[in-house]
Amino acid sequence: MTTKAETGNVERVIFDGLAEVGAEPDDISREAEFEALDVDSLDLVELAQIVEEEFGVRLEGDDLKGLTTVGQVIDLVVKKAG
Amino acid sequence: MSADRRNGTLQGCALVTGGSRGIGAAVVRALAEDGWPVAINYRSDSDGAEAVAKEITDNGGVATLVAGDVQDGAALDDVFTALEEEHGPVLVLVNNAGIRDDGLSPQLGDDAWERVLDTNLSAAFRTTRRALGPMLRARYGRIVNVASIVGPRANAGQANYAASKAGLIGMTRTVAVEVARRNVTVNAVAPGLVETKFTEDVNGDALVEIPARRAGTPEEVAACIRFLASPEASYVTGTTLTVDGGLSA
Repeated sequence: MTTKAETGNVERVIFDGLAEVGAEPDDISREAEFEALDVDSLDLVELAQIVEEEFGVRLEGDDLKGLTTVGQVIDLVVKKAG
Repeated sequence: MSADRRNGTLQGCALVTGGSRGIGAAVVRALAEDGWPVAINYRSDSDGAEAVAKEITDNGGVATLVAGDVQDGAALDDVFTALEEEHGPVLVLVNNAGIRDDGLSPQLGDDAWERVLDTNLSAAFRTTRRALGPMLRARYGRIVNVASIVGPRANAGQANYAASKAGLIGMTRTVAVEVARRNVTVNAVAPGLVETKFTEDVNGDALVEIPARRAGTPEEVAACIRFLASPEASYVTGTTLTVDGGLSA
């Protein structure tokens, strides 16, 4: 049902998810900051939903607080899945 | 009403809590008429829920019975997951389940306070929270909370009920602005006196105060919910539609 949460898979799903919520695909990278990507809190909620559907990993309210870059979210998902 | 649903462009289902009787049952019938597969949640009235479901299937609709107390978070998640697997995401959620446990404030016990707040307000928040993720992903959702004119208005003996319903209206507004840009709308209806089992012990003298000089019917409330739950209500969000025969006019 769910995909194995390896770094490469997670990166692909999160990059695609960010594009889906409106980030400019060319600007998306591990180092990119959400603010620069114009990704707001509701977009992150939707990204969390995508992650849950894909990997079965639930990101709760506090998990995303303080995370500013795409790479931090990728690392968190991999860690939570492990 | 729901041309989009009938054309099959909206793939999902509707969930009505407290759907076995009264306003909830009328809403279930209305949403089924609009083409939605409807999940009927009920706590104890299995006969009522089964009768409503049979009526819908006899008319060519799709109804799913969902027994269980909406206060139970884990059970709630299971309900949503099962519906998602069978019918797709819950795209219409009607938070209708509600109870009363009246008493003047000096005598209103903690249990009566907590039970009413938990069922009428906290449970509605939990179903809303669970429903929102898939609605955001679908870029479509309609949440309708069944509040009451008691809350915005006073009603002696119902401090707990009034607090729960006023809370529901406040929650409706705030959730609405959070998700509006994803085409997910959140609204409330505020019925006045409606003829149901829920209000059968209400004193008949109350009718004198109602400009329409009668109680409303569940179908009259359901018609308003049906509109707010429809694709056509896409620019209506964060509002409370009063359905009270003019009582609070």
